[in-house]
Amino acid sequence: MERMPQWADVVLVPLISLLMAFILSALVIVAIGEDPVAAVKMMVNGAVGSTYGWGYTLYYATNFMFTGLAVAVAFHASMFNIGGEGQATLGGLGVAVVCLALPWPHWALALPVAVLGAALFGAAWAAIPAYLQARRGSHIVITTIMFNFIGASLLNYLLVNVMRPVGSMDPATAKFGPGTHLPTLHDILAVVGIPFSRAAPANISFLIAVVACFLVWLLIWRTRLGYAIRAYGKSEPAAVYAGISPTRIIMISMLISGGLAGMMAVNNVMGEAERLIMNSVEGAGFIGIAVALMGRSHPFGVFLAAILFGFLYQGGAELALWTSIPRELIVVIQALVILFTGALDNMVRMPLEKLFLALRKDDA
Amino acid sequence: MTTLQKFLGATAALALSTGAALADPALIFDLGGKFDKSFNEAAFAGAEKWKAETGGNFNEIELQSEAQREQALRRFAEAGNNPIVMTGFAFGSVLAEVAPDYPDTKFAIIDMVVDAPNVRSVVFNEHEGSYLVGMMAAMASKTGTVGFIGGMDIPLIRKFACGYVQGVKAANPDATVIQNMTGTTPAAWNDPVKGGELTKAQISQGADVVYAAAGGTGVGVLQAAADEGILSIGVDSNQNHLHPGKVLTSMMKRVDNAVYDTFMAGTDMEPGINVMGIANGGISFAVDEHNAPLLTDAMLASTYKAALDIATGEVTVHDYMSDNTCPAE
Repeated sequence: MERMPQWADVVLVPLISLLMAFILSALVIVAIGEDPVAAVKMMVNGAVGSTYGWGYTLYYATNFMFTGLAVAVAFHASMFNIGGEGQATLGGLGVAVVCLALPWPHWALALPVAVLGAALFGAAWAAIPAYLQARRGSHIVITTIMFNFIGASLLNYLLVNVMRPVGSMDPATAKFGPGTHLPTLHDILAVVGIPFSRAAPANISFLIAVVACFLVWLLIWRTRLGYAIRAYGKSEPAAVYAGISPTRIIMISMLISGGLAGMMAVNNVMGEAERLIMNSVEGAGFIGIAVALMGRSHPFGVFLAAILFGFLYQGGAELALWTSIPRELIVVIQALVILFTGALDNMVRMPLEKLFLALRKDDA
Repeated sequence: MTTLQKFLGATAALALSTGAALADPALIFDLGGKFDKSFNEAAFAGAEKWKAETGGNFNEIELQSEAQREQALRRFAEAGNNPIVMTGFAFGSVLAEVAPDYPDTKFAIIDMVVDAPNVRSVVFNEHEGSYLVGMMAAMASKTGTVGFIGGMDIPLIRKFACGYVQGVKAANPDATVIQNMTGTTPAAWNDPVKGGELTKAQISQGADVVYAAAGGTGVGVLQAAADEGILSIGVDSNQNHLHPGKVLTSMMKRVDNAVYDTFMAGTDMEPGINVMGIANGGISFAVDEHNAPLLTDAMLASTYKAALDIATGEVTVHDYMSDNTCPAE
């Protein structure tokens, strides 16, 4: 079958989707009597106009990179893991357990163990739905979303009854010790003499996320396991015929997926809040689905899409701070982008494909 | 003029004026949102009252995420907003970190104590107000059994409950108090359905006056009480009008006054712990045309006397949060 050129698929489709989302958002802003040009300027300035803005944009983007990669890896095995929310919640528990267990002398020691703890807890939370899918045929979409609720309730119980310090009203753990404080981008860039905002929460986990993007690319396209995952994802009977065990692929891809989602907690729990609070994930698990869809399940696409969503989050926060645009409408704008780039992908793709085909026929 | 221009104008004006005298105050609402019919809305009302009286302007934000707590504080402080008021205990740990970075900015936090030289901590003697409405509940009850429905099970709400029980026992030592909490998470502040169910359960155990200290959940408590023909007691703001003739009174926690006072004081705001109690009008109970028929002279006389005794220090109501225990059950 004839297809449109690669560049149109990768660049043009998302760009047109974005443009349509922004036009619709502009109409929404006009409808409530605000100036859309000023609003866009404020969003751009607030999100990427200063190192402060970048600090927040990259902080949110780090979260979305981890959850986006998690969805992407599972998606290559045609597993639709929508339990990133729960897996990241449990990852937070892993980070908190690690950080509170020992009086860590230095973050460089605490970080690898915390990453491991986050990934283990996240993977464990994904393992049960994965097993149920592989051995019992319970649909992964249903089980993973149910496990989001179970995860939230479990954390709820632990924070209220077990991990809350005596006398505290907040359902949250105690503050992690000073030896677990991760260096922020301010600290890292100061070493090479680049001034960066001290206030922003972006930290070293951004670099971990970038490394994770690379490793996922390596895994999916440069290893035998990655090949097996993709083969299974494309066609189960063909994979079985080639001697690939479906149970093994489902389990492994979901464990990696859950581990990646869990690792998000290094950024938000250890890097930002420095204690575990209720609902610390705040929907990043679901944003990950949109990020993976928009990034076409390719790690580099996930990287770019995550930065775009980080921009939307931070830009939205700036709108909330300085305009009277209510927060519900800011969510509407964010949702429009997700709708157009994630769910309505084919609305742009199909006419575009036809257009390219028509052009090609003219050439011939 | 667009909001952006307004904002730019405001920052330009700030840059021109050497002092901070022209600084606009800012108000940060907690995740519950501005219009929660309770705590945050009362804060908003106080700010609006200040705006109407002075013609001034204030910045505000309804938070969307936890990460925005620190962000909003720092952004307002860096933009020159002063003072910056925030509602809710959840800001405590963040403010303790941020406040020292902006020594020239004044912060005020409601319902929490943060010890810093530029922070005003506004706390309320909810136990005193709860004591008074507890007395009224005991005197209005015919069955001798009254109820308490709390929101989230935190020490602050146990403080309400403890004061209430002490008041009930003061008026009628033989009375029984049934206590229930709606939940253990912030969702318990906004669960009117469960509030209504708990009310019906308490009614079946004989309660005929129910006190709701549960934020948005209280709306369901008051509704169920009115439907079942018993009396209820509102909280935070005056809720007597919600069901005229069915709400015995409301324990008023004047968050609006606290915000208004802070905005009025402006940059001259005195830091330190600001205890709002019966003596300084921070806590009171509502008497208006909606509940006047329910209140007898004897009832009012003894409640006012108790209020006076508490204000003068003759009667001390035990504060649950002082030692995490309650002498009355």
